[in-house]
Amino acid sequence: MLRQCEGSQAVAEAIGLCRPQVICAYPITPQTHIVEGLGALVKSGALANCEYINVESEFAAMSVAIGASAAGARAYTATASQGILYMAEAVYNAGGLGLPIVMTVGNRSIGAPINIWNDHTDSMALRDAGWIQLFAEDNQEAVDLHIQAFRLGEELSLPVMVCMDGFILTHAYERVDIPTQEQVDQFLPPYEPRQVVDPDNPVTIGAMVGPEAFMEVRYLAHAKQLRALELIPELAAEFKQKFGRDSGGLIRSYRADDAETIVVGLGSVNGTIKDVVDEMRNEGIKIGGVSICSFRPFPTAALSTALGRAQRIITIEKSLSVGIGGNVSHNLRMALPDRNTTVYTVIAGLGGRPITRASLKKVFRSALDGLLEPVSFLDLNLPVVQRQLERERLERRTGPAAEAILRDLNTLPAAVH
Amino acid sequence: MSGPQRVKFYQTGTFTVGNRLLDVSVRSVQSDRSRNNSLNSGHRACQGCGEALGARYALDAAMRAVNGKLVVANATGCLEVFSTPYPESSWRVAWLHSLFANAAAVGTGMAAAMRVKGRHDVRVIAQGGDGGTVDIGFACLSGMFERNDDVLYICYDNEAYMNTGVQRSSATPAAARTATTPAVGDQPGNVFGQGKNVPLIAMAHGIPYVATASVCDLRDLEYKVEKAMGFHGARYLHVHVPCPLGWGCDTGDTLKVARLAAESGLFPIFEAEYGEITGRRAIRKRVPVDDYLRMQSRFAHLFKGRGDPARVAMIQAIADRNIRRFGLVSEGAPA
Repeated sequence: MLRQCEGSQAVAEAIGLCRPQVICAYPITPQTHIVEGLGALVKSGALANCEYINVESEFAAMSVAIGASAAGARAYTATASQGILYMAEAVYNAGGLGLPIVMTVGNRSIGAPINIWNDHTDSMALRDAGWIQLFAEDNQEAVDLHIQAFRLGEELSLPVMVCMDGFILTHAYERVDIPTQEQVDQFLPPYEPRQVVDPDNPVTIGAMVGPEAFMEVRYLAHAKQLRALELIPELAAEFKQKFGRDSGGLIRSYRADDAETIVVGLGSVNGTIKDVVDEMRNEGIKIGGVSICSFRPFPTAALSTALGRAQRIITIEKSLSVGIGGNVSHNLRMALPDRNTTVYTVIAGLGGRPITRASLKKVFRSALDGLLEPVSFLDLNLPVVQRQLERERLERRTGPAAEAILRDLNTLPAAVH
Repeated sequence: MSGPQRVKFYQTGTFTVGNRLLDVSVRSVQSDRSRNNSLNSGHRACQGCGEALGARYALDAAMRAVNGKLVVANATGCLEVFSTPYPESSWRVAWLHSLFANAAAVGTGMAAAMRVKGRHDVRVIAQGGDGGTVDIGFACLSGMFERNDDVLYICYDNEAYMNTGVQRSSATPAAARTATTPAVGDQPGNVFGQGKNVPLIAMAHGIPYVATASVCDLRDLEYKVEKAMGFHGARYLHVHVPCPLGWGCDTGDTLKVARLAAESGLFPIFEAEYGEITGRRAIRKRVPVDDYLRMQSRFAHLFKGRGDPARVAMIQAIADRNIRRFGLVSEGAPA
């Protein structure tokens, strides 16, 4: 059914259709409206046969999900930002145990400085936790990816994060087609666990594993993710057949077939990238876009095919791997058959800084002209940074940097220095 | 301890835990040949481990109380490590280990799963050592209490982080030597802090059942586990389990040390329902704390040379306060 609704609300309804049996909710650090929506569904009885547990922290949220999933229930939670870091140890644990928990990450930045707005630092921090990570481009895809996520996770016995941009998607009102219960039931069978804590067939789960077997257990997790590289496109195809629309898959190309320049991004920024691609195509520039939906497993082969002919690749990255630059470009180099392909890393949109068409176009042009640095920061106010570095050079007790930069921005006219 | 111990035979006419000569109705769970052996032999606990003993009695009693329909969440720690060196496992119960700090929350999740699956017969125990309970797992524990989730949490308190080499926890008693509170300087050993009495904190949550127990009275431990399984909602059992390695006592003296902790008043044994104390185990033969402390090398600095009578007196004051507060000695004690 077509609805005009907030992304969080749409996801809440989609999760409800997936018949979760245990939902853990922690509200702050920060949460979206997803768990609120689900709380209402459970409390009103619209979502029956579901335990909704208000926990005392994100660490507890993931831990309750671990217990529930291990005991054979379909478990779900949502988090973002500081919250996912607070649960980090349990996130790894769920990955290591191979429990098919589904978690929404309403992507936001990580402090300090404290900031509640969108970027991808939170998911990226947990990219190696053994979870599948799927990034949604818009709210329709966010809805659809959650339905696919339960199926995918449960087939492989692996947890899945569905990442959707905080605010830009979670709080945006868009037209969304919410599927029917019959459709979802047809796609997603009841959860049949591969391992289960059951007094009638008692097993030990979570044993101490030493050097003699740890490598093998970890390799198995890797092998399962490689298996997901096959399963993700299969499920997307089946989804299309049953629901009538394209959602998910490993990657999606946009006007990239003959492109000499390809822009790669994750999540909602691909919408803006496509607009700029269209503008520049109209000017006769051979440019295209590739959206990475599955960041873990990383679709190396699919990207290799999609990017193979490009002379230059520009990654638009909403997270900074401090001290080196980009996570996406770093991974992406594994997919490039030609080592001479130029890869430009553009760090953009940190802490909610808008990524505008004008700025993207400028940076793409500068790449085409060979003027772009290998790692650059979109719309960085360099003079402000330089003034702070200068203050730190001149004086020992300069105080907190974030506050100094804010003071500079608010009080000093740009021309003073 | 030096020299061979004289072996005594207690069986005839006594109420000791292993006595099978008693009437069936009053035999302990552990004396029953059909006991579950929940923590089976062959595990790698140290000789004289109080925790292994406590866990075995507690889980066997629980298994009997719930007809074998039990699932267990275990925190990281000695109990987890010595029982499950891959690919071996000593557990004859459905058992899940996740992390150090989250056993209570994992228990909550398992209980929720059983409820939603209609497995109302299945009950949940979460368990851990004092580190995983009173320190790093405390937030999850309090959350489980506050929501009154249907989980019995059992803390096996050996008063320090033994698995990692005897470091201080917030359950470590005053003056005790640990790897992080060495017996050096003017005030050797652990600080005289305010203490952290988790059974009392559990009671403050108003949960259905809170009890303390000790391996010195295994019948009492069995009774309390069975009683706890008769309640639904959050329950807490705090079991005192000496660690010969960490405490520096003889491996044959585990029960004796535990008994002196109880009989001196340093470890009060009581039970409470819905926040009110309903029973206490009276001290049969009160002993000075010296008797308890002198058996353990972790307190040796209190008695070396001219000794440290001032700080021993402070420990005695803690015991005396417990005796008054919980009414552990019948004469003139508050009811």
